[in-house]
Amino acid sequence: MKVRARDAKEVWKEEFESSPSRDDGIETSTISGIPLKPLYTADDLPKREEEMPGLFPYTRGIHSGGYRGRLWTMRQFSGFATAEETNKRYKYLLANGQTGLSVAFDMPTLMGQDSDAPTSRGEIGHCGVAIDSLADMETLFDGIPLGEITTSMTINSPAAILLCMYIAVAEKQGVPASALGGTLQNDILKEFIAQKEFIFPPEPSMRLVVDSIEYCAKEVPKWNTISISGYHIREAGSTAAQELAFTLADGMAYVDACIERGMRIDDFASRLSFFFDAHIDFFEEIAKFRAARRIWARWMRDRYGAQDERSLKLRFHTQTAGVSLTAQQPELNIARTAIEALSAVLGGTQSLHTNAMDEVLALPTDKAARLALRTQQLLAYETGVANTIDPLGGSYFVEALTDEIERQAEAYFKRIEELGGVIPAIEASFFQKEIADSAFKYQQELEQKRRLMVGVNEFTVDDEEPMEILRIDPKLEGEQVARVQNVRRTRDQARCTKALAALRKAAEGTDNLMPYILESVRAYATEGEIMNTLIEVFGIYTEKAVI
Amino acid sequence: MSAQTAVRPVRILVAKVGLDGHDRGVKVVARALRDAGYEVIYTGLRQTPEMVVDAALQEDAQVIGLSIHSGAHMTLFPAVVQELKRRKATDIVVFGGGIIPEDDIAALKKKGVAELFTPGTPLQDIVDWLRKRFPQGGN
Repeated sequence: MKVRARDAKEVWKEEFESSPSRDDGIETSTISGIPLKPLYTADDLPKREEEMPGLFPYTRGIHSGGYRGRLWTMRQFSGFATAEETNKRYKYLLANGQTGLSVAFDMPTLMGQDSDAPTSRGEIGHCGVAIDSLADMETLFDGIPLGEITTSMTINSPAAILLCMYIAVAEKQGVPASALGGTLQNDILKEFIAQKEFIFPPEPSMRLVVDSIEYCAKEVPKWNTISISGYHIREAGSTAAQELAFTLADGMAYVDACIERGMRIDDFASRLSFFFDAHIDFFEEIAKFRAARRIWARWMRDRYGAQDERSLKLRFHTQTAGVSLTAQQPELNIARTAIEALSAVLGGTQSLHTNAMDEVLALPTDKAARLALRTQQLLAYETGVANTIDPLGGSYFVEALTDEIERQAEAYFKRIEELGGVIPAIEASFFQKEIADSAFKYQQELEQKRRLMVGVNEFTVDDEEPMEILRIDPKLEGEQVARVQNVRRTRDQARCTKALAALRKAAEGTDNLMPYILESVRAYATEGEIMNTLIEVFGIYTEKAVI
Repeated sequence: MSAQTAVRPVRILVAKVGLDGHDRGVKVVARALRDAGYEVIYTGLRQTPEMVVDAALQEDAQVIGLSIHSGAHMTLFPAVVQELKRRKATDIVVFGGGIIPEDDIAALKKKGVAELFTPGTPLQDIVDWLRKRFPQGGN
């Protein structure tokens, strides 16, 4: 049998080599540049024990039941204009079968400043919803029972403040913190590396992250305290292997910081979660997701001595790749997103956001947002792909690619360690340069047409019909400014001043800051006031600008 | 300067205005312009219109390239043009790039932004535009 199989391969090889090859100049490596063979066979399979879903190292999935137990959570990232407008969109999405909420904040909120700060001009409500104080958060979740849904919040530098606002809204609804479920992005390291929404220097930033992890381990035990994100690293231009390696390295840096605080690995590791990009190179992405689980499980067990099985299981959210979408012929984005979403599902994601076709132009309209959600429902209920666990496990190609991405990630871990760890590597601009190099290389490949983007550098059309996009009413800016100023006028100022003074004092010491932030939030201190109090103690970070 | 015979390269200040930190585009464009022979100064993130104009004057730049991905372009791009007027430096050419809807492009051009480049623009198009705009180089 074996001899015959080898013979067949040799015959194929001869025929392949003598057959004409496509001569279009298009790269045959993955989009990240991993060279690919034209064919993979049993010879490419690694010699290792058979892997099984739900069993270490979880390459084939963290649940023994795959999606037979439960489907992924369909969680569309959404937020725009004011809390009132966004509240309406949430109710619309929930009515259309969405199963979890995901809050997008506007730039001033992400940067920890109030809507009436001078540099908030022109930015209010554009990239997400404007939240200045608990009052806005109450409006945002009005009529949405926080004990029954889970919510993800994409916020980083001011993450602790927004989490406290969520806890405070729940209190008002009569829901105890212990019953709250959801995810806080809270991943400051990738901000320094890629998305650049940092405020404080790395050290106090890390303190706030560890404070929130420590606090939640006791008070909000069902909360995913951090969503360690590769998405932004990838969107900034990294390769798949860089996305994976830098994200897992960040994850280990958080684990190190928590252990240094005196926490036990099994007390917090199960609440760490991840967030990856699903880019357009289908098989490479599936391999990346599979490799992620295997690497994390091994490092958690072997380096950190985690014993609780839940500490070993890498859970992740996926968003389809914004950078793969095109402003040209935007309807094509529906097809791109469907393919990317399929890779996330075949890679075993726990939750998924599918981009809307118009997101390359603006925040999505109601119709585009619903189409994006429907794409997930179609995958879940029409295609049958959720019926079989890790359906590509055992594929010669996917297994080989999983191993290759794992190998490249491990090589990066060594380099990061040689640089002294993640924070010294950030300060040396290591990640930033690696990412910029990859982005530039890809752009050159596009320019030289060694890679094609349909509708952009090939298959273009001359006159495109403009697409209807969501416009943010400029009047909203003035209204939001008035709202925050009204909060300042009508609150119990003595309580607020006292809370902020206590926060400042705590920041100068070593106490966990969460209870102080929570009290400030309850006293209707604004986000900007809380951040500025912390900035007085922590200072701000400026990045070395490198091209 | 009159004694110089060689063509002085055009000096371009590229800047990220607004609060967003998406610097992939600005860095790719900056590298491409540098490779095309331009002198490129990158300001880094979160520059206010005042900071951008200050830097352009200090660096003796002939061109300012603005990048934004937050949706605040209708406020911040014209604010840079206004600041140039206020500082009597309207000879400095302003162009921009980012996620800018079609309708806004026309409005921004009316307000004095010379050209706008949106996602998917070949880098060569930007270089060609600059060559046409500055046939004499930076002289």
